[in-house]
Amino acid sequence: MLEIKNLQASVVDIEDSEILRGIDLRVNKGEVHAIMGPNGSGKSTLANVLMGRLDYEVTGGDILLEGKSIVDLPPEQRAHLGMFLAFQYPAEIPGVRPWQFLKAALDARADARGEEKMTVRNFSKLFDEKVEAVGINPQLVKRSLNEGFSGGEKKRNEMLQLEILQPSLAILDETDSGLDVDALRIVAEGVNSMRSPDRSFIIVTHYQRLLNYIRPDVVHILVQGKIMKTGGPELALEVEKDGYRNYLPAGATA
Amino acid sequence: MTFATVPAAVEKYSTAFEAAETRKNSESPAWLNSTRRQAWATFSELGIPTRRRGNELWKYTNLRPLAEAEFSFGEAGSVSLDALKSNGPWDDSWDTIVVVDGVYSDSLSNLHGTSGLVAGSLASAISSGSGEVERLLSSLAGREEYAFTALNTAFIDDGAYVQIAEDSSLDSPVQVVFVTSGPGHDGDSSRATYPRLLVDAGENSSLTLIETYINLSGSAQLTVPVVEIFAGRGSVVRHHRVQMENEQSFHIGTTRVNQLADSTFSSTTFAVGASIGRNDIHTQLAEPGAECTLRGLYMTGGQQHQDQEISTTHAKPHCSSHQYYKGILSGRSRAVFSGKVVVERDAQKSIADQKDLNLLLSRGAEIDAKPSLEIYADDVKAAHGATAGHVDRNTLFYLQSRGIDEDAAKAMLVRGFAEEMLDDFKPKALRDFVERVTDYRIKILLDESDTIGTA
Repeated sequence: MLEIKNLQASVVDIEDSEILRGIDLRVNKGEVHAIMGPNGSGKSTLANVLMGRLDYEVTGGDILLEGKSIVDLPPEQRAHLGMFLAFQYPAEIPGVRPWQFLKAALDARADARGEEKMTVRNFSKLFDEKVEAVGINPQLVKRSLNEGFSGGEKKRNEMLQLEILQPSLAILDETDSGLDVDALRIVAEGVNSMRSPDRSFIIVTHYQRLLNYIRPDVVHILVQGKIMKTGGPELALEVEKDGYRNYLPAGATA
Repeated sequence: MTFATVPAAVEKYSTAFEAAETRKNSESPAWLNSTRRQAWATFSELGIPTRRRGNELWKYTNLRPLAEAEFSFGEAGSVSLDALKSNGPWDDSWDTIVVVDGVYSDSLSNLHGTSGLVAGSLASAISSGSGEVERLLSSLAGREEYAFTALNTAFIDDGAYVQIAEDSSLDSPVQVVFVTSGPGHDGDSSRATYPRLLVDAGENSSLTLIETYINLSGSAQLTVPVVEIFAGRGSVVRHHRVQMENEQSFHIGTTRVNQLADSTFSSTTFAVGASIGRNDIHTQLAEPGAECTLRGLYMTGGQQHQDQEISTTHAKPHCSSHQYYKGILSGRSRAVFSGKVVVERDAQKSIADQKDLNLLLSRGAEIDAKPSLEIYADDVKAAHGATAGHVDRNTLFYLQSRGIDEDAAKAMLVRGFAEEMLDDFKPKALRDFVERVTDYRIKILLDESDTIGTA
């Protein structure tokens, strides 16, 4: 599914700003990978670089999706190929309603893939079902996208988009931050219900907490822009107990 | 007051004034002749306000191009109904008054004899002495020291008159279309017109009023409209102003509103046209319990200049006023928002807020926003604010990450910014029209954009 080879990335237009310093990672179809790391380790950057955020520049290495390099593709084309990023801080967009936004997203993807667009009627039905499944207040989605939403509501809205767009590779960038236990459960239920042999997940998180609800197949520890250790779910528990100190250079704290 | 130089551009208008006066004097009632002469005296003393230094009202708007332009003052031209329908909002079910080059057109107007409504030519209303025309006309605008209301008043001849009877509630909107025809018959391509609208909303009446300015010529026109609206006690007036003249023209509009007790006046302006466009609106909250909501959307591109001069006076207690404007600017265009609220000493328990938000799509675009409150009462709730910003690339990235390409994402963001103002235009044909124009304008503005998605 996804193969990351010796990936290096910096902040655009800032010298000596390398954040990712040679990452190798392979995510197979149907797998759930967790990427854990202390603040400033580059885990959020990795999520954003995978989706093509323009603030970062890939300075070396490659990202292959189904064997094809995607580093030169704009974000929308990565989305058309089946990628999705759930944002840590979803943008507030005045005057754009979630319904309209998601219909436009699906239509654009259908256009790019040469598929037929979903009818308004079918889309409305799907939208209403998913709104109920994700547990968003239906009044909320009649308003502007994310505007005035609480932190939890924004994350639920990300889950709504995930459910409707049905990507083949979903990246969750610290989706658990700022969530209470109920909201956390909803995010986890969303992910768990969407797990399938054809869909992969990359879950970026600082804490092990979310992994109590979503059991990853593989856990990576990312520190200072490099993967320091890869293991099974037990690695997350180890971090929960000992923190990241075993992976930090001598004298550093996290 | 002393003038270092002769008031700007007065002589250009004086021949036209003398000709008009000779022509109209014998037909008009004495009170109107005297009003016109007084207004002319005021204008000839003031001239076109080209001096900006020390002139707060015109600090950010340079009228020199207008003062230097030449206009003809010919007879009204002719326009076709089809041209009106395709260039402005239209619905056959509305009562529509059409004024061509300042003169009421009986053949183009579409009036249904709606009960409770008197609507038609201002000239007829004057000559028949109907309603309270004599008492109301130019009682809000035209007697003060203000060049453009004076200029308009000096040329008062015809225009539109709308009167709603007490306790009448109109289901369907009343539209007044002010249209400038093509080139004048004498071959001159630029014409000056002074449209006039008088609206008298009786006690406890209710009215939706659409005021539309369109221009069917491709050359520079000068339109100096003056609108006076009298909102009776307990009346509800919903006003929409659609200004979309061509990008060579000058539009210097003035609206004066007087609100009696417990009246509600709401107005939303849609300003996209003209080379220099000015929407000067003042509401006087003259009795307790009156409420006004002044809103608007301006969109400028190329070299356009749009100026919103918005003011409200709280004269009595328990009134509220809300000013909220939004601007979308691109190219090398400029916009001005000057919002002013005066709360007089008697006006306790006033509520006033002002807001102006701007979206700048290019580095060459400029906004001067100046919200201001002058409060002389001590028990007042007031707030004001203004912002100008660019669309940032994080927001753009969010949309793109969902599969929406960059151009579509930009259009969606800009359109989203305009949306809440478009929502004000409730009559369906009007809403459809402003939406169509907005989408079309956004495409043009985005072509001139150089800041979205950069940094």
